[in-house]
Amino acid sequence: MLDETIRGMLVEGTWATLYMTLVSTFFGYVVGLPLGIVLAITDKEGLKSNVVAYKLLDFVVNLTRSVPFLILLILVMPLTKLIVGQSYGSTATIVPLTIAAAPFIGRMVESSLKEVDKGVIEAAQSMGAGTFTIIWKVLLAEARTSLLVGVTIAIGTILGYSAMAGVVGGGGLGDIAIRYGYYRYETGVMLVTIFILVVLVQILQGIGMLLSKKLDRRRV
Amino acid sequence: MEPIIRVEHISKTFETGNGQVEAVKDISFSLDKGDIFGIIGLSGAGKSTLVRCLNLLEKPDEGGVYIEGKNLLELSPKALRKERQDIGMIFQHFNLLMQRNVLDNVCFPLEIAGARRKEARIRAMELLGIVGLAEKAKAYPAQLSGGQKQRVAIARVLANNPKILLCDEATSALDPQTTKAILNLLKEINEKYGITIIVITHEMAVVREICSKVAVLDHGSLAEQGTVEELFGAPKTEAAKRLVLNGGGTADVG
Repeated sequence: MLDETIRGMLVEGTWATLYMTLVSTFFGYVVGLPLGIVLAITDKEGLKSNVVAYKLLDFVVNLTRSVPFLILLILVMPLTKLIVGQSYGSTATIVPLTIAAAPFIGRMVESSLKEVDKGVIEAAQSMGAGTFTIIWKVLLAEARTSLLVGVTIAIGTILGYSAMAGVVGGGGLGDIAIRYGYYRYETGVMLVTIFILVVLVQILQGIGMLLSKKLDRRRV
Repeated sequence: MEPIIRVEHISKTFETGNGQVEAVKDISFSLDKGDIFGIIGLSGAGKSTLVRCLNLLEKPDEGGVYIEGKNLLELSPKALRKERQDIGMIFQHFNLLMQRNVLDNVCFPLEIAGARRKEARIRAMELLGIVGLAEKAKAYPAQLSGGQKQRVAIARVLANNPKILLCDEATSALDPQTTKAILNLLKEINEKYGITIIVITHEMAVVREICSKVAVLDHGSLAEQGTVEELFGAPKTEAAKRLVLNGGGTADVG
């Protein structure tokens, strides 16, 4: 059914999708993890409560999250061109993907850290722990399984977004699905790309869940 | 001699949705080294707020908290953190790190104090021996009973050789028999290391079991204080009578 060229293209597309997804998730966390930490500790009940800082960040995060990804993709094209040198292709797609992912990741990190028992934080304070120690050894360490589940969700979501990048020639499986399935009515190719996407998500989800379960010491 | 802890006219008011709540009102007391001081009161009397004011987890609006003559309220954040290593605290819900095993939980305060990993582990094992849990070093808190968790918390709190130990309802989540065992352990620690202990509780039996001095907290103020014999023998105030004579509505220990 699939000839040599199409097969080669699918393999390449799979790599491109994985490349975009994983690199964007990485950069998403580079921005989103500190963002989530700041959100968690500046909120009302937080370690370093600062209502103004929280409200400001909260607003920015909501603002970014309310722009649909497809629009964001087009909106940030000048910036993408500035950073990457071109506004199409897999590497270029990493820029809007990261911008879309960071606030979303920040929110997930915030909610994971807020799940940490206030009593344990208080205990650490009573031992003379400073803010940095509490963030590192209490918040992040105690929330690690929840954070890992967050990573899994983030990867799944970014993978979905990366398929949308196909619309602007972003490369990867989504690009192939749109070009062949939508523009050329080659349903077969589209179905295969969908199949590959499903398998990818299942594998990544499986690994993430397994890891987070393995690392959780709360269950006997 | 300078008392180990001297509390002078501290007050704490919280802003809530329905106005202000005066949780702690003009409280003063002082304790000598080696005292076991009980603070009793009904729920909502301000016990937890008061005990949190003693290591500044809650900052009093007014007054002073002097540890060996040093006012905690005048310390820099860094100096306060250092001072807190001398004031241990144990809690009703133990507050152990759930993702760390028992040994690493006991190592935690030593890490904060900057101890080397190897030395911390040796010290932690020694402490687990003292509380009788050496064989559980590799277990995780989720695998322990309530009494065992509190023993880990006690080992943890002893790690940095505190001068003062604050117990916030430390036995309230335990059954009577376990309560008794934990109280015995606290008494032993008090005698062996001369640690001054402050016990916050609504259980009269706990006070009778281990305390030398006792104070009754009622609506944020100290209604009455004295030795355990005085207060249980002849309570003077209404609040004290209510607690002592009715047993505060809690079951006796052992």
